[in-house]
Amino acid sequence: MTCKAEGVAAAVRAAAAVVAEHRAELVELDRAIGDGDHGENLNRGFTAVVAALDAGAPDTPGGVLKLVATTLISKVGGAAGPLYGTAFLRASAKLGAAADLDVPALLDALRAGLEGVQARGKAVGGDATMVDALIPAVSAAEKAAEDGGDVAAVLTAAADAADRGAESTVDLVPRKGRASYLGERAVGHLDPGARSSALLLRAFAEAAR
Amino acid sequence: MKKIINDPANVVAESLRGLAAAHSDVLRVQYDPDVVVRADAPVAGKVAVISGGGSGHEPLHGGFVGQGMLAAAVPGAVFTSPTPDAVQAAVTATTGDAGALLIVKNYTGDVLNFETAAELAAAEGLEVRSVVIDDDVAVKDSTYTAGRRGVGGTVLLEKITGAAAERRDSLDAVTALAEKVIGRVRSIGVALTAPTVPHAGTPSFDLDDGEVEFGIGIHGEPGRERIPLEPADALVARLVDAVVSDLPFASGDRVLLFTNSMGGTPLVELYLAHGIAERLLAERGIVVERRLVGPYITSLEMQGMSLTLLKLDDELTELWDAPVNTAALRWGL
Repeated sequence: MTCKAEGVAAAVRAAAAVVAEHRAELVELDRAIGDGDHGENLNRGFTAVVAALDAGAPDTPGGVLKLVATTLISKVGGAAGPLYGTAFLRASAKLGAAADLDVPALLDALRAGLEGVQARGKAVGGDATMVDALIPAVSAAEKAAEDGGDVAAVLTAAADAADRGAESTVDLVPRKGRASYLGERAVGHLDPGARSSALLLRAFAEAAR
Repeated sequence: MKKIINDPANVVAESLRGLAAAHSDVLRVQYDPDVVVRADAPVAGKVAVISGGGSGHEPLHGGFVGQGMLAAAVPGAVFTSPTPDAVQAAVTATTGDAGALLIVKNYTGDVLNFETAAELAAAEGLEVRSVVIDDDVAVKDSTYTAGRRGVGGTVLLEKITGAAAERRDSLDAVTALAEKVIGRVRSIGVALTAPTVPHAGTPSFDLDDGEVEFGIGIHGEPGRERIPLEPADALVARLVDAVVSDLPFASGDRVLLFTNSMGGTPLVELYLAHGIAERLLAERGIVVERRLVGPYITSLEMQGMSLTLLKLDDELTELWDAPVNTAALRWGL
């Protein structure tokens, strides 16, 4: 099974709906250990992404992801804008001008997205950031692909692993971003970036089914 | 939440309209992306000193745009760094042959967005440098955190580099001066209450009546530790100790003392605290040569204050005293 530009655009719209639905939850998670803007900023960004898709969706999967990237970078601000923007930009560059998104291309895109986030944010696993959701997600996606999974199965495995990875941030002492100023006092809180990463992957997986 | 607003999503743009109306003699505002630029920009042969960051810290940064200080300010959404294209718009509006210096406070979002903007500007052939200010002594170990935050020292840095640009120092010289200021300025703050971000609607953290958050940042992010509220003498002594011991400042040093309200602390308390700080510094033999007292880098309506010390020399004193004509600072004209 492969996925064309329309499918990727539909997945992005589904992700925007999930972000809107979880806006208040992400604000509340961020309020506890940061400054409380994560849900608001992501929702502003994805609302603009949907408007950009309405105005004219690109005709390749890579083109759709590039539109997502540039829109998030110019509308979100904060740390989430450059981090998610870079992830989508690197993923879109990997996909190039190909008309179809197959499993090998999906793996390349997921790996490139993770590398982009780590290059921008300099976070490693265990810092209590979105990277703690994305690293296990990429590993699980690779495993699912080895086992012969299709695009939907690979994304579902990634989303399941991202959920568990995000949950793992509850027990960590943050070392990056604003939560790092809290030190030990942040233990017991779910990282909002890890949570939003898991939500986005779940939305993509549901859309691919 | 009780605030004088319409839609939380339009707070920044509507506030900028008022800023532009009130201070059209010194600044103008470009919208979408939102940028505050000095009325006479670009000024030929002059380095453009550009700063920015999340809104909610007024008068920082838009209130410091004008002659002798900033060429432009880039206001992000409330407590959210501006996007790279907004920074880029500020650079384009104000930067000529002399180049631009971007003043970036050390927060993850600010650093990432300004870094991206500087790359975009360089790709267009503009000469742009960046400095990152990290004067907050509350953050101890940068190995395990995002590093020290940029707080009160930012105001002093913007004034001094702006004055250097006004006297037509080169980009190299203004950048070197900025690094010098960053090496000599230290701050710490304390919060008595939390701010409420308009789109969140509830206070950024919970603090009991008898508690204060010591070592606060400017976004309502919690600080070094939570301690019981003390009388002003003890609280200010705690702030002075934390700042003085950091650089460290020593007997005989000449300093600028900046006593700042976080937005919700009235001047009667701020002057009370300033008086105590002056006395404590005098007891240590530290000579306060210049002062700034008032709400200049705030955190919405948060009650609290910060102290900033800058170690002066003749050059820094001269640049501090140089004429400035902005919405929030105006002297020497």
